[in-house]
Amino acid sequence: MSKYLLNKFLYTVDRDAELTERYREDPAALVAWWESELAGKLLNSIDAEQTTWLRLTDAEREALVAHDQVALFEMGAHPFLTLTLWIAMFERDFDEPLGMQLDYAAKLAHVELPYPAIDT
Amino acid sequence: MAQLVAILATTHHPFYYRTSQLAPEEAPPFAAEWVRKVEAYRETLTRANPDVLVMVGSDHFHQIWLDNMPQFLVGKAPFYDGNWENEMREFGLPKLFFKGHEELSAYMLREGIDKGFDLAFSNELRVDHSVTCPIFTVRPQNDLPIVPIYTNIFAPPLPRPERFVALGRTIREIIDAWPSDLRVAVIGTGHLSLELGGPRQFGPHGPDPEFDARAVEWIGNGDIDGCLSEVTLDSLHAPGNATHGFMDFMLMMGIAGHVKADYADHLDLFHTMEAYFTWYPNPQLIEGTRS
Repeated sequence: MSKYLLNKFLYTVDRDAELTERYREDPAALVAWWESELAGKLLNSIDAEQTTWLRLTDAEREALVAHDQVALFEMGAHPFLTLTLWIAMFERDFDEPLGMQLDYAAKLAHVELPYPAIDT
Repeated sequence: MAQLVAILATTHHPFYYRTSQLAPEEAPPFAAEWVRKVEAYRETLTRANPDVLVMVGSDHFHQIWLDNMPQFLVGKAPFYDGNWENEMREFGLPKLFFKGHEELSAYMLREGIDKGFDLAFSNELRVDHSVTCPIFTVRPQNDLPIVPIYTNIFAPPLPRPERFVALGRTIREIIDAWPSDLRVAVIGTGHLSLELGGPRQFGPHGPDPEFDARAVEWIGNGDIDGCLSEVTLDSLHAPGNATHGFMDFMLMMGIAGHVKADYADHLDLFHTMEAYFTWYPNPQLIEGTRS
């Protein structure tokens, strides 16, 4: 489990409009690119200062590639990050105001308290 | 000494700005009442005639990130930019520019550290909607210098509710002792019950109306003890997965002390309940209440 790295993916993709669009259009390609270029980037540093030990698990990678926000929730990814990125990618596909957000909630309707821990 | 003229504790609804800009024929049915309540609330700050604003909020993973996560942070800069690209995208919030008040920032840091809070600081801070939303609601002319204070209500492990109240008390002591002739207002924003990214999000009301009803009673009555007797880090998961933002209200209760709010209002909206509270620590300083 690397909840931190999942969150780092969501954080870095959400805050960069170009990455957000690439993730929407071709998630497999974007996730592969991200793992090679950004997963190990210490964000407040130059490229030479790579973090050497961070890896996504297979299940985490699959959830990201599948745009599977339910799996991300169940893995303990930070719900604010996931929601914000999903709004950026998919709100445009719904006609009704809040349609995306309500669909998102419905997909999580089976979840009971306590929710998966989001501690990193 | 400085005068603490007003303490405002409110929600920060990022959709207020866009909603308030809509023409009447485009606006949702709740917009008019929302705008009316916010404008009435704005008057509670205007009447206090402050010179400087201490702004308590919480970064939402904009600048503050998990590789370097402070629990409490004070901005110390001559200026602050405000709002982020992804807040413009999601909420339609424009970028803002603030003057800072470095002297009060420095005093807050020195005194806070000496009083037992090892406060982090930032000399280059772009504040997010937890600070900019109350500017849109209660000070849209954005003409006063600010001292931003960020709390971690977002990335566990979090400080406990008692710690938020204690920091509020300490901020009060610091402002009351600040050797300045300026009038200070503190504006803090948080949430009542709130769910984001979970099954209870964006319902017709906040996810836990019962919690919200109790919360506005605690705040309005200055019932710090009652609030602390029921609210824990664990208990805050039940009303909604983002309800830890309520601890920013508890910090503001710590600043105000065990006294009733001079102004209390709320509005039941989709998604979350809005709340608007103001205390005047010395009513004689407030225009229109001088006896």
